[in-house]
Order: sequence, then C-alpha cells, then structure tokens
Amino acid sequence: MRVRVYVTLKPSVFDPQGRTVTEALHSIGHDAVRDVRQGKYFELDVAAGTAAEASRIASAAADTLLANPVIESYRIDVDDPAAVGPGAAR
Amino acid sequence: MTSGPISDSVLERHGLKRDEYARILEMLGREPTLTELGIFSVMWSEHCSYKSSRVHLKTLPTTGPRVLQGPGENAGAVDIGDGLAAVFKIESHNHPSFIEPYQGAATGVGGIIRDIFTMGARPIALLNSLRFGSLDLPLVRRTMTGVVAGIAGYGNSIGIPTIGGEIGFDESYTGNPLVNVFCLGISRADEIIKGTASGAGNPVYYVGAKTGRDGIHGATMASAEFDDKSAEKRPAVQVGDPFMEKLLLEACLEVMKTDTLVGIQDMGAAGLTCSTCEMGSRGGAGVEIDVSLVPQRETGMTPYEIMLSESQERMLLVVKRGREAEVERIFEKWDLHAVCIGTVTTDGRMRVKDRGTVIAEIPNTALTDEAPLYRRPMQEPAYLAEVRRFDPAELGAPAAPAAVLRRLLASPGVASKRWVYRQYDHMVRTNTLVTPGMGAGVVRIKGTTRALALSADCNARFVYLDPYVGAQLAVAEAARNVACAGGEPIGATNCLNFGNPEKPEVMWQFAKAVEGMGAACRALGIPITGGNVSLYNETDGRAVLPTPVLGMVGLLEDADRAVRRTFREAGDVIVLLGESKAEIGGSEYLKVMHDRIAGSPPALDLAREAGLQRLLVAGAKTGLIRSAHDCAEGGLAVTVAESCFDTGIGAVVDLEAVGAPDQALTSVMTLFSESASRAIVSVVPARVPELLELAREHGVPARRIGLVGGSTLRFGIDGVPVAEVALAEAQEIWETALERALEVEPALA
Amino acid sequence: MKFAVVVFPGSNCDHDAYHAVKHVLGQDAEFVWHKDASLRGADVVLLPGGFSYGDYLRTGAIARFSPIMREVTRFAAGGGPVIGICNGFQVLLECGLLPGAMLRNRSVQFQCEFVHVRVEQVDTPFTAACVPGQVLRIPIAHGEGNYYAEPDVLTALEANRQVIFRYTTASGDVTEAANPNGSLNNIAGICNTQRNVVGLMPHPERACELAVGSRDGLVVLESVVKSVSSAGGALAGSPQ
Repeated sequence: MRVRVYVTLKPSVFDPQGRTVTEALHSIGHDAVRDVRQGKYFELDVAAGTAAEASRIASAAADTLLANPVIESYRIDVDDPAAVGPGAAR
Repeated sequence: MTSGPISDSVLERHGLKRDEYARILEMLGREPTLTELGIFSVMWSEHCSYKSSRVHLKTLPTTGPRVLQGPGENAGAVDIGDGLAAVFKIESHNHPSFIEPYQGAATGVGGIIRDIFTMGARPIALLNSLRFGSLDLPLVRRTMTGVVAGIAGYGNSIGIPTIGGEIGFDESYTGNPLVNVFCLGISRADEIIKGTASGAGNPVYYVGAKTGRDGIHGATMASAEFDDKSAEKRPAVQVGDPFMEKLLLEACLEVMKTDTLVGIQDMGAAGLTCSTCEMGSRGGAGVEIDVSLVPQRETGMTPYEIMLSESQERMLLVVKRGREAEVERIFEKWDLHAVCIGTVTTDGRMRVKDRGTVIAEIPNTALTDEAPLYRRPMQEPAYLAEVRRFDPAELGAPAAPAAVLRRLLASPGVASKRWVYRQYDHMVRTNTLVTPGMGAGVVRIKGTTRALALSADCNARFVYLDPYVGAQLAVAEAARNVACAGGEPIGATNCLNFGNPEKPEVMWQFAKAVEGMGAACRALGIPITGGNVSLYNETDGRAVLPTPVLGMVGLLEDADRAVRRTFREAGDVIVLLGESKAEIGGSEYLKVMHDRIAGSPPALDLAREAGLQRLLVAGAKTGLIRSAHDCAEGGLAVTVAESCFDTGIGAVVDLEAVGAPDQALTSVMTLFSESASRAIVSVVPARVPELLELAREHGVPARRIGLVGGSTLRFGIDGVPVAEVALAEAQEIWETALERALEVEPALA
Repeated sequence: MKFAVVVFPGSNCDHDAYHAVKHVLGQDAEFVWHKDASLRGADVVLLPGGFSYGDYLRTGAIARFSPIMREVTRFAAGGGPVIGICNGFQVLLECGLLPGAMLRNRSVQFQCEFVHVRVEQVDTPFTAACVPGQVLRIPIAHGEGNYYAEPDVLTALEANRQVIFRYTTASGDVTEAANPNGSLNNIAGICNTQRNVVGLMPHPERACELAVGSRDGLVVLESVVKSVSSAGGALAGSPQ
C-alpha cells in the first residue's frame, strides 16, 4: 500500500529556506506568493492489510526516523482504494 | 507599569530564588512587571551573569604586552604584529546540541562567528572541541552524527574553514554532550570595534533575521498570559540560517569600514535584552527601545517574548547620528533591512516601550555589574580518595604490547578523525597550511609573512583525577600543540564545562581547575582573553567529567616554517624531547585496556614545559625540526605511530633509549605512559647534535630514540622487537575505527 | 587580461578565486556584484564556489535569476570564456548554460578532500595549457557534486567530447573508488557544445600554491590566459 508522508517544520520553527525562496519568488515577480514553508515528501510502499495499519506503520516510521519530532511535524496520506478521505494526521 | 504580586511558582519557572527576588524589589523600589521579571531572570541566569564562577574567573591572568582586549567584550584580542590583531573566543552550545544535535551545533557555530565579526574582525578559522558518550549507544551515534553535520552545515556554508579541534569520549557525556566552538578573526589592531552604546540621541538599529519565539525556554514561560499557547508554538530550539549570517557578516564588515558606528553587539543568549543592557552598561549610557518596532516573524508576540527571544542572526548597532542613511544603504545592498528601534539616552537605564508605553525600566547596572555574585560552598569530592588509591600492580600481567597498540589505535579517542573533518570545509579561503589531523591547525595571514597555529585541548580524565593539575595539563597540552607546529603561544580562551555548581564537590572541581589554569598560564606567560562557562552539565544527577577546554593561539613569524606531525624522510632521526616516567594514571591505556579512570595524572613541571615549548618554536624557526608531535593520549607508541601515518614510512624505536636513567620502566610503561612535557620530533642525521645542543640550552632532556624507515612500527630492545605492527595494518586500524563505530546510522540531513 | 569574479549573496570562494588570479597568476581581477548589469569589459568570467542563497531550494537555483546572469549568458553566447567552479558549476547547470544536474553525494555528506582528476580534452579555453590525459591533484568541497544527466544527454556529452575532467586514481585510471561522489561516468567537469563554457566541481583556485597543498590547479587559469592571448581577444564574448 502506498503511503505519502509530508514532513514540515512546526509552525513556529524558523524556516530559512522557505524565507529565502519567498524572497526569490518576489524578486522575480511572484508577489502574490505571501509565504513559503519548505518540507520533505516521502513515498512509502508499506506491506499492510488495511489503511489503518499502513498509517500506523508509517507513523512509527515518521516518529522514529523520517521526522525530527523536536522541530518537525508530519502528515500521512494513505492511498487506499477501499477508503476515502485523508489518512491519519498528526 | 502595573502587575500583580509574583508567586513562588512564577519565580521558580524563571529560575529566580526568593532572595534574588527581594533584591530585585530593592533595586527597583517596586514590584517588577512580568517583562521585567523575564529580563532579570535571563540576565541573572548563570549563563549571562556568571554568578557562581565570577569570583574565581577574576583570578585568571588576562593581561600581557600583546593583549588588546581582555574579557568583557564579545571576544578577546591579541596583537600579532604588522598592525594586526587576532580576535578569538570559544563558546559552548552543549544543552541545545543534546536537544537537537544539528541545529544546536550549527547555531553554536553561528553564535561564535558573530562574536568575532562583531569586533570588526573577519573570521578566518574555526575549531571545535567535542565530547560524546560511548559510540556503542545509538543515541550517542545519532548525537555525534548530527553535531558534526551541524557544524559542517553552518561553517561550510558561511565559508569559514574548520581547521581542527579535538573529540573525546566518555560515558559521562552520554546525556550531555559537549559542543565547544572556537572562532578566530583578523582585524586591524587599531580598528577593533566594541559593544558599546554612547552619545545621547544616537539611533539604535536592529538588523538581521526577524524575531520569532525561538529559544524562549519553557522554564521561563511563566504566567497565565501564555497558558493558552500550545507548546508547539514556542520551540526552545533555534534554527540557524548560515545564509543570513553570511550576509550579516559581509554587510557588517562593510559598515564597519565607514566610521559610522559607535558600537555593535550580536543578540546571542538573552537576545535583545542582553545586547541592550550590556551595550548601555559598557558605554555608561542608557538605551531606550520600542519593541513594536522590532521586526517580527510571528504574529501576536508579546513584549516579554520579543525581549527574551533567542532567534539567531540578529545584531544591535548604535549608529552615529546623521550617518543613518549610509548604514541603511549598505545593509540594503546585502538585502538586509536595518531598522531603527530606539535611541541612546544619558540615564544609564534600559527602557523598553511598547507603542510608546513604558513596559520595563531597569538600571543597566542592576542587570550587569550588580547581578548576584555567589561564593558557593566547596568540598573535596569523595570519589578522589578512591580513584587515587590505585596500584598498577592490581592490573595483573599486561597484554602483549603489539595487541595493546592495536587496541589503542582503534579507540575512538585516538583513532583518525578523518570521518569528521572530511565533512568540514577546511580549505576555503586558501589559508590553511596545516590541515586537520596533521597537528595544530595553521592558517597564514595573507599580506604578511605570518601564520597562526590553533589548538583546542583538554584531557578531562586528568582533570577528573586532579582538577588543579589536570587544568594545568590542559593549558600545557594546548600550548605544546601550537608550539609543535612552530607557533609561540600568545593567547588563550577557555570554555569551562562542569556540573551543577550548587553541589560543593562540583564547585570544588571548578575552583581548583581555574586555580590550576591560572597558575599554568602565568608560568607559561599566556593571557586568557575571555571565554565561556557552562555549568549544570549533568544527566540524572551525574556530572560530566570536568572539562575545562583551552583554545590556544600561537604565532609563527614565518608561515613557511609551519611543522606537521608527520615524519618526512626515511633515514631521519627520531628524537624524544622530555622525560618519560612511569605515569599511567588517567591514561588511554588504563581506560581502553582496563576501563578505568584512576590514579594520579602525570606530574607537570611548568618551567620544563616552558623550556620545551621554546625549544620547539626555536627548532621550527630554523627548519631544524622537520616534524613534531605532542606525546599525549596513548603515549610514546601512539605518538610514533601517528608520526608515521599518512607518510607510508615506518619507524624503528629503541625502547632502552627512552627510559630515564633513574627509572626502570617496563615495556608497557615506556610505550603507553602519558608523561607530560614530551614531544616526538624528527631531524636529518647531520643536525642531530645541533638539536641536542639546542635542547640542552633550553633545559630539555633530549634522546635519540630511533630512525624513520621500514614498513613497520617497530619498538625493540637491543634489536629484539617488543612490539611490531605493519604500518599498513596500523594505519588501516587507525583510519577506519571511527567510521566503523559510526557507520550504522542512516543520515538524514 | 581581466577576470570578472561574480559575487552572489552566499558566494564564499570569491576571495580565493580573486587571490589566485591576481596574486598567483598575476592577472587583473575584479569582483562583479550579482546585481550589476555589466561585466566591466572582462575577458574571462568566473563563477566562484560557495553557497549562493544558502543553496536553499536547490544548489544554484536562485542565483540564476540574478541580473548579472543575463550578461553572463550574453557573454557566453558571444564565445567568451566562462568557468563555473563548484557552486558556480551548479549555477551554470541551473541556468542551462551546461546540461545535467547535481544530486547529493553518494555518501550523503559534505566532502572536503583532495582528489585526482584527469584532463580529458585540451581544446577548451580552460584546458588549453594542459597535456591530454594530465592528472591534476586538486580538492573538492561539496555536498552535492554527484553529476547526473539523462542517458541521451550523457551519450551526447561523451560523443561530443564535452567531458573535460574525470575523477581518476593518481595514475589516471577511471575507477569506482576514485569517484568521490557517485558522478555518472566519473564526470568532474564538462563544457558546452561551443566549448567556451566550462563547469567543474573540484576547486582549481584552491590548488595554486604549494603552501596550501598543490599547485596543479593553476594550469586551468593559465590555460585561459594562453587561449585569450593567442586568440587576440577574439574569444571576448561581449557584443562589439
């Protein structure tokens, strides 16, 4: 089962890359972009029977490795043909 | 300015004691506002006020003919000739590096670089001194990997070479790594800029990154005012932005050339609070700012948060009135916006307004000179009696010397640190004459014939066993390292890492170490021009080994004469300078082979140490000494081995030539004793008598102990090998040990 | 002869390049700020190493929008010699003056160390003074120097002899062990089809004096002096 993990800095953690990208966008005319937060995106191929199980496994992976809980938070989407709506979020 | 009474719990969360609070009431003549309480709490914290350490630090020698700036400014400075000054300092970032190794270490590097360019100096070299627990633990491997990546990430990006340092390992650092970073810069001796505010009416500017809620610690997050905010909104972790700092560095150095500044200071610990009151205090003036003018990264920040934020890459400048446009123009060039947030006043007070309303008003001196000062009780630690009751005989029969040598070379403390320094750009700016791993780092000063040799050292095991002697040994080792490279030690900075000073035993360690450090510096003629104290380095009530790190600066008149650790040519003669004794206490041997830290550290004769250092410098100056390597962890055997590594040439050493006449040294003692004031040097055969004579003149025992050559490391007696290891094998062990110990972690940057 | 050393915010090898050109090579050098609109009559353009814009987003990605890059592109189109070193190479890739892209090093670490590179072609302005097959010992210092190009691009690069420098052993053998970062075909440096724009990851400007470990890199700078001199200024890329 395919699981998408989006890791971003927590809202209040300073994102120097995002700020620099924002300013670069402004410098080339994309003024409508008010702010940019840069993050990481992972696609996991998880052996799991259900979306809930896949989500749980991905969460564990994010907690222990993919995200740095001190400064980052993450969101998980499970591509489950049998289910609708977003996966577990944290 | 009104506020309700301050409760005990609010005080506790601010780390303030009742009697300290009483003093605040007395100084203000009223109840403080919450913002004022926050300001007092950070300025009176151990970190900013040095309240436990100040009485001891005062005893250190801080003056000398070369000293241009001693303690009290952002960094110290010494005269290096040609009208130039070396500006340098070491600082710790221990706690943040445990919380978030990459960012903690990175922001540590950022902070020390700001301290240097704030003085008007262009930073040209970085060093670091690191301590970690055992690499057997995944947590420690992660911490070390992150710390190294963070140092690299920041230093490399900003373009300042990391040219050396040291790394030590001990279980006591498991939950409390030490990350000490040193930076050195060069400025014109007569153009050093200070962190001072003066001249009533001069504008106060803020420049750099916007202020966020970074670094406001949970402990100081008091009062209901903040209770509705989630923890996620207030990270204690600061994130570094080396790109911003690079712009700040270049812009500030450009502004400093224009004679428009009165003073400048970075916002490090305690952020805007500390820079505001310290600048005012130094200049005997007051500073008035309005927090609503401070550029903010987040919405809804309170004055309390703005004053206490430790967001990185921010500077406070006092500009000469009438020159504002010039300053603003230069910052604009670098895409930075300098914002006027206040003015200099005459009343000696720090006045903070929020949209015109005064929300804090405190005499500067109350926050700086009149901050609490403690003579904390001291007591000799109980462990000392036990660790000193050590008899080498109880160790039993020693292992085969060759096996010991292999084990020592594989010990992370001894092994090559290539895995680490390969990640540091150590060549940028093309000044690095001696690269990491080849001895003290040496950088040339372009436009002169000179170079500086830099080293950071401390053997914490020795300090643990005897803080007084151990700290002396740290001074001696750091100075000896720069002397080996050919540099005359001319100044030092210290970073004193200890446990909880409220424990009399820790305070005793601290006091004795400072005392020993002072005595050694006086004897060697080395002033300490500043530094940093890091206390409360404990986990679960257990303190780290006392670790007073010395950052040493040595001057080479002739950059072409820099000396490396490595032997140069087969046939060269190996000479041991200094006396070897049966001194195995606190040694690497004892730690690695027997897992013990016991005994007494090696004895140190400071007069003899001074002689050795002068000899090393004199021998380097004339090209007489072709290689020089300080005898430290692992003793003679490891020192000889390291002198061979990376050369492809082995060595043959006669152990009988090593022993002092009055000492019957066993082979193991001879090979692995860590007697102080020794160095292994090499010299062409024809000049051996010259070296021996020079040594005699300096009162240094010198012995011809062997020859460079062959393909093995061979230590023998009367031609019979006592220990022999193929050079290629030894080099392989030494070179790969650290990588093997670490390469279990996936690296996610 | 004048070198323009372009300074982007975050460039940090600009002073090294300037020093090598001015004080070691003995040629004229001038810093050109990235917001400038003119290369000030330079004969050679050098994009130095560093971390332009912090290397945020992608290495070299933001620098390519700097005003000076329009001039650099024009200069290159006119046949003027342009060299991008390390981050400068990455900028040339991002702005399309050279093909391909950089991935993170195979080690996933920043690596600073001496390597050996073999000069593959001597018909570029930056290798004209080299001997074919000459091995240079020069340092690398990068975290993203793992050269990548689509298979057809790579084939074309090889077919057109656009690979200028390759990582090798000291004796000039192309081996996996001699490849420090995982670059395809051990590629350390390439040129454009007109051969006047060269990019390489190693730092020749850091290897111009024995005191700092090697002077093997000097030949790269000497080459362009030789090329421009012998061409009598015909290489100059500014539209006349």
